[in-house]
Amino acid sequence: MKSKKTEETVVGLRQKTFWQRLQEEKYLQIMAVCGIVWMLIFNYAPMYGILIAFKKNFYITTPLFSKKFLLSPWAAHLGFQQFIDFFKDDEFWNIMENTLGISLLKLLINFPLPIVFALLLNEVKNVRFKKAIQTISYMPHFLSWVVLGGILTTWMGESGLFNELLIKMGVLKEGITFLAYPEYFWGIAVLSDLWKELGWSAIIYLAAISGIDQEMYEAAKVDGASRWRQIWSITLPSIAGTITIMFILAVGGLLNTNFDQIFVLWNPLNADRSNVIDIYTYNTAMRGMRYSYASAIGLFKSVFAFILLYIANQVTKKINDTSLF
Amino acid sequence: MTSTKKIGRSAAGDMFINVIMVLICFLALYPVWYTIVISFNNSADSMRGGIYWWPREFSLESYKTVFQDKTIAQAFVVTILRTLLGTITSVLFTAMVGYAFSKKHIMFNKFYIIFGTITMFFGGGLIPYFITIKNLGLYDSFWVYIIPSLFNFYNMIIFMSFFRELPAGLEESAKLDGANDLLIFIKIVVPLSMPVMATIALFNGVAHWNDYFTGVMYINKATLQPIQTFLYRVVASASASKAVVAMPAGITAQQVSSQSVRLATMVVTTAPIMCVYPFLQKYFVKGMLIGSIKG
Repeated sequence: MKSKKTEETVVGLRQKTFWQRLQEEKYLQIMAVCGIVWMLIFNYAPMYGILIAFKKNFYITTPLFSKKFLLSPWAAHLGFQQFIDFFKDDEFWNIMENTLGISLLKLLINFPLPIVFALLLNEVKNVRFKKAIQTISYMPHFLSWVVLGGILTTWMGESGLFNELLIKMGVLKEGITFLAYPEYFWGIAVLSDLWKELGWSAIIYLAAISGIDQEMYEAAKVDGASRWRQIWSITLPSIAGTITIMFILAVGGLLNTNFDQIFVLWNPLNADRSNVIDIYTYNTAMRGMRYSYASAIGLFKSVFAFILLYIANQVTKKINDTSLF
Repeated sequence: MTSTKKIGRSAAGDMFINVIMVLICFLALYPVWYTIVISFNNSADSMRGGIYWWPREFSLESYKTVFQDKTIAQAFVVTILRTLLGTITSVLFTAMVGYAFSKKHIMFNKFYIIFGTITMFFGGGLIPYFITIKNLGLYDSFWVYIIPSLFNFYNMIIFMSFFRELPAGLEESAKLDGANDLLIFIKIVVPLSMPVMATIALFNGVAHWNDYFTGVMYINKATLQPIQTFLYRVVASASASKAVVAMPAGITAQQVSSQSVRLATMVVTTAPIMCVYPFLQKYFVKGMLIGSIKG
């Protein structure tokens, strides 16, 4: 009945002219075009702006949509001079090491721990206690990175609590400003990220666990399977699909070291270990005014990230048949 | 709960898990608690250290300074304005576009969707985006907080799939009564979509409230910086100056007070979200789930 009606409307629409349809849909079309115009300005204009990366020089006063910009000289080597310069940059290997180092540490530690947390939380049977833990563990997620950065500078400052404890325990003779030393930076970045997102990242796994058929556990209990055995043989395999998708996304984001975070914790003193691609891009453009060079680094990052996402997707597709696209 | 003694549920195992959970809760809460305690403690006294659980010399001085400071007050006004205006406009605009995109029968619908999907995979990157914002004259303008975040394709998809599930009957009968699509959207669809709108509004609201980078990147005027940007500048200068300049033997009053004022500002900034999120938790969780399924 219903499908017949839609068929009739479709046939009816086909017979109308373009202008008649436009008249009929004018409000919907205006609404849609609002979105299209917004995307043209804020998504597509910056895409066109990538041309900056292939220019010899870019001056901030030059409008993007102007003859002056289009006719300005291109970079050498078919426009790829900026990219060549970046690969030869003294900082290049250090930046790649910092970016991938921090990201891989996060992938190694901060990716699996929320899964473990979700599995353990699922074993808590007291509903109220479980709810309370969840609420408390989400809390750090709602702090901004600036506030967390403020907490960290207070804790790790010379007279901060962290130093106080270490002195009491006899590890340190006198307090040090941890954020002023490059050697602690990776640790601080990874652990503060874990602290902030542990509970929040577990949400998706908890949802996946709650969808598991309870009968499987009953059957396992009849067979005498222990709790750990149940987690290992039922819960984990049941959420493997979710874990895989999250893993692909995490690998795709390897070059995003969480700019919001690093930008707060970064300072010239720890730059040796905190200078990641995003920070370098920001500094070359906003402090060094080398806009073409910075755009080229940004483009390099996007392309590299896309390749990583593609590889992760292909690998997981082969291994366990789950993929993003 | 019916679950009592079961095979494989050892008391020791439960104990182990409970201890870990309590430890995690403590680790999550304590740094925040400590910040609150220090912010309520006499600032000169705090420098002596040894405060862990409770203020030693209770004082409201830092909070008085925070509430009397003109720059901070101004920054709060900017934050509140951008959060309210930004959230409302962005939810309504994104929902409106989502409504139009959800109508599969309109002309160019396929093109619209493809046009948007491309933006999920390709972008200009930080610098071309910055230049675009500058070209648009949004640099150093309050509107840089509102207009660039007016639309979000991920949220648009969430709205779109929600609208497609709505029963068509109501819209059709309104149409027969002569209402146009815009009226139908405002009078019928928006009221019916309150749950999904609330969820997305919450995420937008928190993002607006906590965003500091827009202010750092696109705002130069001090009067236009939101509270998070103000805090960022304070925190950054605190961590850098303390490191660069060797600390003199006697800590000056200025530095003493700046730390506790900083902490008090942090507490005041975060308090609204901390009071709100536990009650809206289920919306946040729902939003997180629909977001991750689509993304």
